Amino acid sequence: MTISFEGKNLEVPAGISVASALLAGGARDFRSSIVGNAPRAPYCMMGVCFECLLEIDGVPARQSCLITVRDGMKIKQQLGAPELEDINAGVNHE
Amino acid sequence: MSDEIADLVIIGSGPAGMAAACEARSAGLSVVVLDEQQAIGGQIYRRVETAPSSLLEILGKDYTAGQKLIAEFRSSGARCIAGATVWNVTTEGVVNYVTDGHADEISGRFVLLASGAMERPFPIQGWTLPGVMGAGAGQIMLKGAGAVPAEPVILAGCGPLLYLLAWQYIRAGVKIAAVVDTTKRSALFSALRHFVGAVKGWRDLLKGIKLIAAIRRHGVPIYSGATDLAITGIVRAEGIDFKIAGKPQHVAASLVLLHQGVVPNTQLSWSTGAKHRWDDQQLCWQPETDANGRLGDSVIYVAGDSRGIVGANASAVQGRLAALAMARQLGHADTAARVRRLLASLQRYTHVRPFLDTLYRPQQKNRIPDDDVLVCRCEEVTAGQIRKYVELGCKGPNQTKAFGRCGMGPCQGRLCGLTVTEVIAQKREVDPSEVGYYRIRPPIKPILLGTFAE
Ligand SMILES: Cc1cc2nc3c(=O)[nH]c(=O)nc-3n(C[C@H](O)[C@@H](O)[C@H](O)COP(=O)(O)OP(=O)(O)OC[C@H]3O[C@@H](n4cnc5c(N)ncnc54)[C@H](O)[C@@H]3O)c2cc1C
Ligand code: FES
Repeated sequence: MTISFEGKNLEVPAGISVASALLAGGARDFRSSIVGNAPRAPYCMMGVCFECLLEIDGVPARQSCLITVRDGMKIKQQLGAPELEDINAGVNHE
Repeated sequence: MSDEIADLVIIGSGPAGMAAACEARSAGLSVVVLDEQQAIGGQIYRRVETAPSSLLEILGKDYTAGQKLIAEFRSSGARCIAGATVWNVTTEGVVNYVTDGHADEISGRFVLLASGAMERPFPIQGWTLPGVMGAGAGQIMLKGAGAVPAEPVILAGCGPLLYLLAWQYIRAGVKIAAVVDTTKRSALFSALRHFVGAVKGWRDLLKGIKLIAAIRRHGVPIYSGATDLAITGIVRAEGIDFKIAGKPQHVAASLVLLHQGVVPNTQLSWSTGAKHRWDDQQLCWQPETDANGRLGDSVIYVAGDSRGIVGANASAVQGRLAALAMARQLGHADTAARVRRLLASLQRYTHVRPFLDTLYRPQQKNRIPDDDVLVCRCEEVTAGQIRKYVELGCKGPNQTKAFGRCGMGPCQGRLCGLTVTEVIAQKREVDPSEVGYYRIRPPIKPILLGTFAE
């Protein structure tokens, strides 16, 4: 199937995660860090680290290591603070 | 929202969750298993059901062994909901989850947390650079996507999973630039305190020894007793600096896979308000349970690596024992003989653990890093900043929030929590148990606002 990352098309096998597909396709930088604007890329591949956040089909801050590729998926880098921050900021800690 | 009720709701379809489901079904309980992954199997048996034979060949016997448990699980009559991310569990047995953007709810007379382990954070200079990943992450790409590094890779750290991946990579034809082993030369002697256990667990030990011998045989350079690890590179990983017996070394590679053991994934148990204790041997938090894995007098049980690292086989046995304990409470079964047999196999599977924990105890400097190393990757807080907070009166991870945003990013402290506890404990010169952990509240997974819109 075909997915696009930052406007460039990639042929990828079905059934694998978006993060795996992009890394195997040679992508290196997925997002930029919130404070230092430094490039970041997947670290854990199992939903723990949130370094793999991407904008997928218009929805920001998706954990691309947990999402399976779909034909025609449009994927962009997640730059700066993800929106999910606004939802979760501080709720899990006192 | 549905208001389905099952006797047992299980979170996680790894060995612990699947085995618990089988045992509970044999005792006549209705069982629903939720897992956020699309395929069942957990970490060790990831995608074993559909893996091509070439992959089975590369990954080896311990992986293929999962097919047996999965077959038992498939015919057990347990209902399995894949792609279901659990974000809340209450002490009354209500479980909230999200599948494909839809929020749902299910209740269990009992709930089993079998959420497994994650790789221990490896906070060293440069560990946030693209091109640095966990060795487990590398293995996930191999199992889940059949993907291997195209260029030479460095494996650094210690622990069985690191050597296993090296062996699997060799079989897959991957070029390994170096294995940088942080196991201390002296560790073997202190580990021999657990000699008796190690001898009883000789099968596991022998596996490890064979792996390392095979890696050497293939001519992979192994640097033993490495200290002072630092990833080099400015915007990408370019290699690793380290010392052997005090002498500086450097190996270049665009991909560095780090690993220093796995630790329980305790986010769910913390979020229920359960008590946890610091385990000095495994250097991590473990939920306080009774012998069967029950959390206090709640309806929640914990089994497998999320209760304390025991490995896949012991995880499965713990799952079965927990299921039998619940079945007894529901008046379903006469279990005494079965329990005795399971306890004997649990012992057999855990003999080798104290030996492994001691031998592969991660170096202090790789857990409690120097001041300039980032500890909280999300909010970019360094060990030095955390030490400053302590000087200003910060006593534990919960209070770091009053001083900065440490632990408040999207990962909710999963990747900095253990480090923050240990950095503060060292600075305060107290035991980690006195320092505590973040207070984890649901939702333990981020939920997009739209999920609840309907
Ligand atoms: C990356 C990695 C690779 C490993 N590879 C091996 C290996 O090759 N060989 C080996 O012997 N050991 C391996 N281990 C050790 C491993 O943890 C095993 O000992 C074994 O898988 C533990 O079984 P378990 O059932 O306790 O948990 P797991 O097998 O980890 O299963 C836990 C399951 O729970 C699910 N889960 C977690 N949180 C949630 C949630 N909130 N909502 C829904 N589902 C959730 C996960 O998706 C996962 O499928 C690995 C560990 C890691 C972290
Ligand atoms: S790579 Fe860690 S959450 Fe996706």
